Amino acid sequence: MPLPSGVTQRDFSQALAQFASVVGKEWVFSSDEDVDLYRDAYSPFWHEEEERIPSAAVAPDRVEQVQQIVRIAGKYKIPLWTISTGKNLGYGGSAPNQTGSVVLDLKRMNRILEVNEKNHSALVEPGVSYFDLYRHIQEKGLKLWIDPPDPGWGSLIGNALERGGGYTPMRDHFDAHCGMEVVLANGDVVRTGMGALPNARTWQQYKYGFGPYVDGIFSQSNLGIVTKMGFWLYPEPEAYFSGTVMVPKHDDIHALVEGLAYLLNSGIVQGTTSVLNTIDFGPPDPELARVRVGSSTTDLERYVAQKGLGYWTVDLPFYGPSKVIAAQWEHAKEKLSTIPGVQFRDGASYRFPMSPAELAKIPNPVPLGVPSLTTFAIGGPFSQGHMWFSPIIPMTGDAVVEATKVFEQVYKDLGSPAGALPGLPIWSFFARAFVIIYFFPVEHDVEKNRRNRDIFRRLVKVAAEHGWGEYRTHTAFMDDIAFAYSYGNRALWRLHETLKDALDPNGILAPGKNGVWPKRLRKANV
Amino acid sequence: MKPKRHVGPALVMAAALGVVFAPHRAAAQAPAPERGKQVYDKWCTPCHGAGEGKPGTISAVALYKGSKPAVLAERADLTGAGIKTAVRSGMYIMPRFRKTEVSDAELDAIIAYLTRTPSPLR
Repeated sequence: MPLPSGVTQRDFSQALAQFASVVGKEWVFSSDEDVDLYRDAYSPFWHEEEERIPSAAVAPDRVEQVQQIVRIAGKYKIPLWTISTGKNLGYGGSAPNQTGSVVLDLKRMNRILEVNEKNHSALVEPGVSYFDLYRHIQEKGLKLWIDPPDPGWGSLIGNALERGGGYTPMRDHFDAHCGMEVVLANGDVVRTGMGALPNARTWQQYKYGFGPYVDGIFSQSNLGIVTKMGFWLYPEPEAYFSGTVMVPKHDDIHALVEGLAYLLNSGIVQGTTSVLNTIDFGPPDPELARVRVGSSTTDLERYVAQKGLGYWTVDLPFYGPSKVIAAQWEHAKEKLSTIPGVQFRDGASYRFPMSPAELAKIPNPVPLGVPSLTTFAIGGPFSQGHMWFSPIIPMTGDAVVEATKVFEQVYKDLGSPAGALPGLPIWSFFARAFVIIYFFPVEHDVEKNRRNRDIFRRLVKVAAEHGWGEYRTHTAFMDDIAFAYSYGNRALWRLHETLKDALDPNGILAPGKNGVWPKRLRKANV
Repeated sequence: MKPKRHVGPALVMAAALGVVFAPHRAAAQAPAPERGKQVYDKWCTPCHGAGEGKPGTISAVALYKGSKPAVLAERADLTGAGIKTAVRSGMYIMPRFRKTEVSDAELDAIIAYLTRTPSPLR
């Protein structure tokens, strides 16, 4: 396996021996066979030298060991790439951004430290997955919901730090956190918010504490290692209901999104929705396959009218007491009924708690706060992996139409990504803006991956030209996307670098994470 | 460095640290293949179990077209070597599993569970 950049074999061996003295020999992995397990299972660099490969991995069991490890790493200038459950698949998995980094694997730190049913909150370690916390809540019979993202085996902490999203009213995972414990590069342990108060009684109840609020600098960052994090949970609701809205014309997107933004921003709809066009996301139909090719908008509108479908469809999710949900749905219909030809359909309706047998009948229970791995079926039965292009665009019909047109032009110029799914699914994982989550397949095929990477990079560039930026990305594209956030002669990037130099002068924490490199590894040309 | 085979960390450690719940440690003491079933249910069933929305089962339906059971735990032809390769090398969309997730001892327990029935196919 490769050595960390600029580190001698002698120093590397000494560092590993010292790591072993901290965590025990069995938790330092340096054989090729063991280190291979940390490679990115969905690497867009399969069979290419550019694949980022770790040199070793070390797996502490508690925060004191993390402190000792960063001090050893600082002494030998060993880069540490931290993972929580290592399931950031599609964004780099458990592999580092820089070849030769040692993976700091926090999976063994998997304690659920507190679940508070009265305050609807929890305190967990990085190795706790959504499945773990869900099972714990079920076993204890607590009236609480978690908010899982699509893949349930990820870490609550890891996903929140990556600013991931889910489906229930707690869907913005970083926003739903309350209090952190962070190990800094010098080994200090910092508790944020009310956790800075010795004997704090409200660490998971009040976010801000006193003085500057620093939690944000530890998300998508390499400024510290988060070892505990509090989360607000959702009180188990009485019911869930999904109402479908379909509008008949292409240009109805403007009124539809305006109405949707009103419903979301006023809290009437509190869960994640997506805006889908029937042409790309409608029910399978051979006729549609024929109509889709070369048809005008009028032809497509005629097709959906004949089928009784909408040109655009939105499912509105509602959570809460049944009577409130019924009133919210009525209000939503009233608001959207100004769109000529709009159709409303009642969808799924559930009351809670549901039995395991009832839940097992639901193909994708994630919007009901139940973790699942269903999403991994997305690329078909023989898929080898994927990554995501995910720009944030305004929550307006204009932006939906413009983004669709702009990105389709890239595909016309360069061709569609090999094996890609059609259409741009547009989601409301976060307040006030849409995020497009575009599926890019990853294959064990060098040429296809190279081509897809070229298309991806062009999309990033074109998006930036239109004022759209990605919310998160695979390690392969972190520099590209950081480069796009260049306002004021890269003022934000330079601020990130200033923080990096101050907090991690040896540059040992996750070099290159989200485009932020330590001084000694900084590229002169960016 | 040749890795040592390890067993799951002792429950006593969790207790000493005042832990409310430590999922990775919960199934450490049960004998195989019963322990294997516990580990399997935690790590494998979400993809390979019966019912709706299980990607591993969906793939097996497409791959075997009915010639073998799609639910992994119903198969009688699985071998220890094959299971090890799948878990440690991955297969299609399934990623590799690290030893901090599924230890060698837990993998052995999974194998004991999945190969519990004597079979001429194996």
